[in-house]
Amino acid sequence: METLLLSRIQFAANISFHILFPTITIALGWALLFFKLRYNATGDDRWMEAYRFWVKIFALSFAMGVVSGITMSFQFGTNWPGFMETVGNIAGPLLAYEVLTAFFLEAVFLGIMLFGFSRVPNWVHTMATFLVAFGTMMSAFWIIILNSWMHTPQGYEMIDGVAHATDWWAIIFNPSMPYRLAHMVLASFLTVSFLIAGVSAFRWLIGGRTEGVRVAMKSAIFTAALLIPVQIYVGDMHGLNTKEYQPAKVAAMEGHWETGGNVPLLLFALPDQEARENHYEIGIPNLASFILTHHWDGEIQGLNDFVAEDGTVLHPRVAPVFWSFRIMVATGMLMLLVSWGASALMLRKRRGVEGLPKPVLYGLVGMSFSGWLATLAGWYTTEIGRQPWLVQGVLTTEQAVADVPAPMVLSTLLAYLAVYAALLAAYIFVIFYLARKMSAGEDIGTTVAPSPAAQPKAISEA
Amino acid sequence: MDYFGDPAVWLPFVFAGLMGISILIYVVLDGFDLGVGLLFPFADDDEKDRMIAAIGPFWDANETWLVLAVGLLLVAFPAAHGAILTALYLPVAIMLIGLILRGVAFEFRVKAPAPHKHLWNTAFFAGSLMTSLSQGFMLGMYIMGLTWTWMHAGFAVLTALFLSVGYSFIGATWVIHKTDEFLQRKAVGWAKGGIWGLVLGIGAISLATPFVSARIFDKWFSFPEMLYLSPLPILSGILVIWLWWMLRRMPFYEDRRSWLPFAAATMLWVLAFAGMAYSFYPFVVPEQLTIYEAASAPESLFIILIGTSIVLPTILGYTVLAYTIFRGKATELRYD
Ligand code: HDD
Ligand code: HEM
Ligand code: HEM
Repeated sequence: METLLLSRIQFAANISFHILFPTITIALGWALLFFKLRYNATGDDRWMEAYRFWVKIFALSFAMGVVSGITMSFQFGTNWPGFMETVGNIAGPLLAYEVLTAFFLEAVFLGIMLFGFSRVPNWVHTMATFLVAFGTMMSAFWIIILNSWMHTPQGYEMIDGVAHATDWWAIIFNPSMPYRLAHMVLASFLTVSFLIAGVSAFRWLIGGRTEGVRVAMKSAIFTAALLIPVQIYVGDMHGLNTKEYQPAKVAAMEGHWETGGNVPLLLFALPDQEARENHYEIGIPNLASFILTHHWDGEIQGLNDFVAEDGTVLHPRVAPVFWSFRIMVATGMLMLLVSWGASALMLRKRRGVEGLPKPVLYGLVGMSFSGWLATLAGWYTTEIGRQPWLVQGVLTTEQAVADVPAPMVLSTLLAYLAVYAALLAAYIFVIFYLARKMSAGEDIGTTVAPSPAAQPKAISEA
Repeated sequence: MDYFGDPAVWLPFVFAGLMGISILIYVVLDGFDLGVGLLFPFADDDEKDRMIAAIGPFWDANETWLVLAVGLLLVAFPAAHGAILTALYLPVAIMLIGLILRGVAFEFRVKAPAPHKHLWNTAFFAGSLMTSLSQGFMLGMYIMGLTWTWMHAGFAVLTALFLSVGYSFIGATWVIHKTDEFLQRKAVGWAKGGIWGLVLGIGAISLATPFVSARIFDKWFSFPEMLYLSPLPILSGILVIWLWWMLRRMPFYEDRRSWLPFAAATMLWVLAFAGMAYSFYPFVVPEQLTIYEAASAPESLFIILIGTSIVLPTILGYTVLAYTIFRGKATELRYD
């Protein structure tokens, strides 16, 4: 395989691994703040119980996010020098502001949030929790601006092949940014809701029926039920926006080859790029036209419009975009079904968590990581759909790649993959291990043994 | 902006300065917690826990200085960023995997089942070792002008070793400050064992640098520059002797001034760094690309500078806050 393909796989592997953890920390920070504020307001210990368990998952996810994020920021230089050389004047300030306004804030106050409870006044601890949550949101904000700008660039001019910023307002509020940011933040909240609901259901099933589990599960299910319709709505708007700026991507998402009206919404098909048609289509007549144009016979541009005279294909590979989009939407629909079903059961006769029958609890456990699936599928749709461009209309992926020998890239790729696979397994294992330990009533509070000097009496008396 | 003259001249200079400061803060701060990782094999299980407690609240913020340093390189000198990082492709990858291993080991070692703990302790040590060796290697290669020959790689292997010993030295001085009793005395021993690495490392780099490039040679060995520069080696020598004198007598009565060795080690780092900065200025890629040739467009740099001058003092402020909250001896680290 050549360097370009290997570098792409390596970048995709890295960022896919990275995004799993920010997706959790962005929303989990706010969930922790919510638990903490409820505790401050009610003095009820069950909120603190929920806080204590989930702050551990937060710390673990945070560490995973940090180390994989550092890897990413180096890879711009090691693998994609053309990216910074061409659009560095725009990407640079955005990345710099992310480091300055977000990373330091998170990292410093994380220490206080994790280890400061007994060292600082309660309000300082609450404040630290807030600042950490705020910091994760800020990093999402800055990096999504950059990523959105790569999809819908504006506010710049090209001088000697290098982009120069002309209008920062236009760069920051580029056309796809609001949709992408809203969609991503909602994705994060949904991911965390299903994670909390799933792990809590697991604890409930194995007998850890504490008050802390009860409130966490209830809050999570209701949050999910509330947010999923919003997510579907925002996703639809996001798609309409994409249709305007990246029509080739939408055509690939729909598996739609020939420009025309009355386009069906395909539930299943095998897109065949060589024959330029779909096999085994199953679809709902006219629905895609209606969703994208709000007319049953609305015209949608097809993929065949994106083939140059000489036959060069100017649209992304169809099958991966088509399928990852369907995986995301199907997961979203499943989330709707499960969260509304569970909410209805809990509201019926106001039975709360007791109202959930076993199969539903098992279902929730199974959905623990459904947010990850939808998020990754969404990003694959977005990113693969942008190819062959790295920055739409400005820079192709091929132009940006580093001239590093392929065997070297292959060796680092294999090393990263091995490390990531091992860490992912360890991460999921430890979450359920902690859940089991909590349910067995063991203390998981202490992280480090006390120093001998801190308890000289206890030792001499023992 | 006219007050300051041509922004295409002073902006790159300011950013080179900011980047230098970030790197310096990074090697001191992450230096001590990497060093603690390097000392892990010499400690027993309880001591390991206390050593972790001594760096637990800080390591993440320490590492962020690396992100800032490479970020500044990336945003202010994009061309140099690509040239340096592609030349150092493999050591960078090794460093990153090292950083991954040690970063997650912090969390896993206390959350995984007890029988797995030694595994994560090993990962913590191995990650710290990979990180410091590769950073030392990159330093050596950088000094040698980023060209791969056997001789240059040989020199880089030496700097890799010395930097690692230097990190364990500054790590040991941090442990001296943050612990007491038996572990503190042990750390004094580690520091005494590590100081030679620092001396040899600084010596080797100081000797090698002028001979790699005639330009650097002239910068140091001509009159009157030699006179102005003489405080650097002299002060370093005094600091080393003073450190040795202190370490032979530590811990002091009632544990007074346990922070002194760490402070002295930091000073040594600063002096060594100043010497390097002097040698390489104005180049960002040695002998190939100056900071002025590699800089981004002034208007973009200016945007970053505005943010930096507001945010950087704030960051320093809350960093001090964190070190104040967690001052004193490292005791139990609890999540609640
Ligand atoms: C939508 C959210 C999001 C996305 C798309 C990304 N990140 Fe990220 N990143 C975060 C949200 C985030 C976060 C939630 O803010 C993290 C997780 C843990 C943390 O410290 O912040 C983070 C951490 C994090 C760190 C470590 C910061 C530290 O030391 O504290 C770096 C260097 C990056 N990221 C860099 C990147 C790069 C180069 C990306 C893309 C090319 C990227 N991130 C995509
Ligand atoms: C975090 C979620 C993200 C995921 C899962 C993701 C995924 C991907 C994938 C799968 C590719 C490969 C596309 C292909 O080769 O066909 C890619 C490309 C790329 N993305 Fe993203 N992306 C994400 C966000 C971002 C962000 C926020 C940035 C910008 C800072 C970014 C910058 C890039 C770059 C530079 C490439 C080019 C390399 C390549 O084509 O592989 N990505 N991304
Ligand atoms: C079921 C209804 C949904 C619809 C109609 C929808 C629509 C879309 C569209 C059109 C895109 C591509 C944007 C582009 O072209 O760049 C996208 C991307 C994405 N989706 Fe969805 N989505 C839905 C559900 C979900 C769910 C449930 C999640 C996660 C929990 C999710 C997470 C994402 C993410 C992370 C991205 C990539 C980032 C972005 O471009 O915003 N989506 N979605």
